[in-house]
Amino acid sequence: MSWHVIGLASDIPPGGRQLVTIRGRPIAVFNVNGEYFGLLNRCPHQGGPMCEGLLTGLVESAEPGKYSYSRKGEIIRCPWHGWEFDVRTGQSYCDPEKIRTRAYPVEIEDGKTVVEGPYVAEKIPVKVEESYIVVDV
Amino acid sequence: MTKVLAGTIDCDIHPAVPSLQALLPYLDDHWREMATTRGIDELNTISYPLNSPLSCRPDWKPAQGRPGSTLEAVQREALDGFGTSIAIANCLYGIQLFFSEDMAAAFARALNSWMAAEWLDKEPRLRASIVVPTQNPDMAVDEIERWAGDKRFVQVLMLVSGDRPLGKRANWPIYAAAERHGLAIGIHAGSNYHHPPTPVGWSTTHTEDYVNQAPAFQSQVSSLICEGVFNKFPHLKVVLLESGFTWLPAHLWRLTKFWRGLRMEIPWVDRAPSDIARSNIRLSLQPVDGPPDAAALNRLFEHMQSDEMLLFSTDYPHWQFDGTDAMPDGISPDLARRIMIDNPRATYARLSETVVMGTGA
Repeated sequence: MSWHVIGLASDIPPGGRQLVTIRGRPIAVFNVNGEYFGLLNRCPHQGGPMCEGLLTGLVESAEPGKYSYSRKGEIIRCPWHGWEFDVRTGQSYCDPEKIRTRAYPVEIEDGKTVVEGPYVAEKIPVKVEESYIVVDV
Repeated sequence: MTKVLAGTIDCDIHPAVPSLQALLPYLDDHWREMATTRGIDELNTISYPLNSPLSCRPDWKPAQGRPGSTLEAVQREALDGFGTSIAIANCLYGIQLFFSEDMAAAFARALNSWMAAEWLDKEPRLRASIVVPTQNPDMAVDEIERWAGDKRFVQVLMLVSGDRPLGKRANWPIYAAAERHGLAIGIHAGSNYHHPPTPVGWSTTHTEDYVNQAPAFQSQVSSLICEGVFNKFPHLKVVLLESGFTWLPAHLWRLTKFWRGLRMEIPWVDRAPSDIARSNIRLSLQPVDGPPDAAALNRLFEHMQSDEMLLFSTDYPHWQFDGTDAMPDGISPDLARRIMIDNPRATYARLSETVVMGTGA
């Protein structure tokens, strides 16, 4: 595992997402209100591109006819068959123990830290005065 | 052949109303007079045409009258004939057809009174389902309450095809009453024929009508699960009667598959529909609509992923098999015992309660 710099923190605004490829792996990086999360962009069901799905909330129910909506922007629905995944963990709703997509740790580091390493900045020029998104792959 | 064990419970037999005349003593004065002055004929439907081979096995066909319409015939053919210890009477009579809610309620009450007096009082091996006027759920609840104290009634009987999907909340008072009193909900093949019995319109033949009961049952399984009936009434057991059962695994695969992607429509369904079905839905054995060889049938049981779902039935007097071959060949002794004894007892809690004789009316 090694930390990879994928871009400026400002590249992905809150509620946004970006698909990056790190060491050949397609990874969807999400900004949920300033917290960043990474998921392998491949649905464990049939390989759908998760990053292109609807970013939604969690709908739960205490009893039939009652709807409670929470965690807005933290659930991604695969664009192919609608399966829901928790952006924070990669776990599916329908079978969280068995069906999950791989989650990658994402952090924000300032340029000074990134320059000191150990970070892999393949194509990104790093400036000490900026903040960067780094993904552990 | 798999032998019918001592203590076996037959979960679906059909004692028949011999004619409307038999119910008249059990109707109140107003409705007895209405039945006569309006010239109400027998409440026949196209469900079991009298001359259809399906409607009665040749060796059970009486010289005259309806099959299974006398106590002696039912005792000889359905009870002694199989050596069953208990049989649950599901009377198929056209109560559900009425467009008048009042008339439906009056006839349901008469039918249940007739069942208690003419059958249950006379034969201790018999239990019965409460036939309810599904036309009006509040009236159906009244009928359930009328008989709930009589433990010989073990189930509430509904038909698979009616005016609306059974999971709809309008029906929930019926399920609340059933759960409250420890009664199962039995859903039997058949229709009120207010709508085509198939999802694609009126078919031409009896063959189609009968075979296409299966998609109606599938629709009701979807409805009950998706509407959240088992979330609201977790202790309720729903028994599909004369439904066949080989369609169930495929239907549950399909329902579970689409639940995975669409479950936000029904967020109360918080576990796989196949799991819910295994906890709350049961099916009667006959008609066995499975493959002819034992190995393939056992594969199907594996697909059901449960040995608790099937309940022994003969479907007397309907012609589903010959002799006493109600149990298909090649079933393991353990599964056979579950189907014949354990599963019916677990499903119908009232079977284990002390039977109090006398009518509940």
